[in-house]
Amino acid sequence: MKPPSFEYAAPATVSDAVSLLQGHEGDAKVLSGGQSLIPLLNMRLARPAIVVDLARIPALDYVREVDGGLAIGAMARQRTVEFSPLVRSGHPLLHAATLLIAHPQNRNQGTVGGSLAHADPAAELPAVALALDATLRAAGPNGERTIGASDFFVTYLTTALEPAEVLVEARFPALAARTGWSIMEVARRHGDFALAGAVSTLTLDGGGHCAGARIVLFGVGSTPVRAREAERVVVGERPDRALFDRAGEKAGAEIDEPLSDVHASAEYRRDLARVLTRRALAEAAARATGAA
Amino acid sequence: MTTPRRIRMTVNGQPYEALVEPRTTLVDFLRGELGLTGTHVGCEHGVCGACTVLWNGRAVRSCIMLAVQADGADLTTVEGLARDGVLHPIQQAFLEGRGLQCGFCTPGFLMSVYELLRRSPDPSDDEIMDTLGGHICRCTGYQAIVKSVRLAAEKLRQADAAHAAS
Repeated sequence: MKPPSFEYAAPATVSDAVSLLQGHEGDAKVLSGGQSLIPLLNMRLARPAIVVDLARIPALDYVREVDGGLAIGAMARQRTVEFSPLVRSGHPLLHAATLLIAHPQNRNQGTVGGSLAHADPAAELPAVALALDATLRAAGPNGERTIGASDFFVTYLTTALEPAEVLVEARFPALAARTGWSIMEVARRHGDFALAGAVSTLTLDGGGHCAGARIVLFGVGSTPVRAREAERVVVGERPDRALFDRAGEKAGAEIDEPLSDVHASAEYRRDLARVLTRRALAEAAARATGAA
Repeated sequence: MTTPRRIRMTVNGQPYEALVEPRTTLVDFLRGELGLTGTHVGCEHGVCGACTVLWNGRAVRSCIMLAVQADGADLTTVEGLARDGVLHPIQQAFLEGRGLQCGFCTPGFLMSVYELLRRSPDPSDDEIMDTLGGHICRCTGYQAIVKSVRLAAEKLRQADAAHAAS
């Protein structure tokens, strides 16, 4: 369990990082916190010619409020987000999601950008990005572009980033008024990868009906997935247990066949999708009522 | 063999400089190059916590960190806890609280607990569990470790109070 040989570069600017990636097209890996990449190197599942470390680019390490949303530099550590008063007070869903990422010892190194760009389908931040319609900013040889979360996650460990592009920032919009939220997951042990999880936001109108809903499931497919049919079940209705039951049934039914592995069968994951959707909606509704 | 890189770092207050291959993990560097074998190698994929060290004051898993990433860093390993032959209060608490049996995982636990108690001198049960959750111990069943953390917190608070009074 030792990494194979590779060259290493620690550029000081994003444009230097992009040039390095361009010079090794397809054979370079970007290193941010290393909490996924280095295990992959240790197991020799990844064998890049060069590792480009973003940690010496100070300009990528920030958490700040922008236009009511939150802008997080790709190299901001997950632990920094966890302790940020800005995140705690203004972006509680993101805060709660961060606490579910592995263990404090991993979050001390792990970054927001790394988690998004690694795109593990069982990871929390990609699911939250999709639920909140986050926008991801990437820098490449032709300058910068912005990618919506719904276009960003392509399949297992694969994003819309081109080989010479670097994710530089994620922007998470703030929740709308009268909106509640929830993130829940089931894992064998606290801190393990989720077998399945659900993120939900629910917005109530003045009359107490559901004006909008977002349901994103993770750990059940090749990317985080929106349960669009379940969302449609909820919108326009009065939030109650029977409604959430129906939405959960719909979510469980509408997803593609989940992964079946040594940790959980596809059938069990589908059942978790059902149950977690119901529970997440109920919690989001309770918070929306409290917020209204 | 790829191009070695020159790195400089401070470990337990002492400056070091070395040439390393990029692929050398931090734990292998600490053990193999610096001879600091108190940091243990367990799972080598960032799950068991045996290799935990402090990196600029934060507990990290040195088996999934490259030595080159630690260039310029201030590191503390378990060897940096005791002073002049006297155990650190956290070590003393683990001893008195029977927070270890075989001891293989202990150096990692100590470093994470060090970070926790620095930030949170009187931690809640949730905080303790969240910290210990990042470590695996196959001997003790954890109850004695939780007890040792509470004892360590008490010892550190007393030491701080004594220091403030003097």
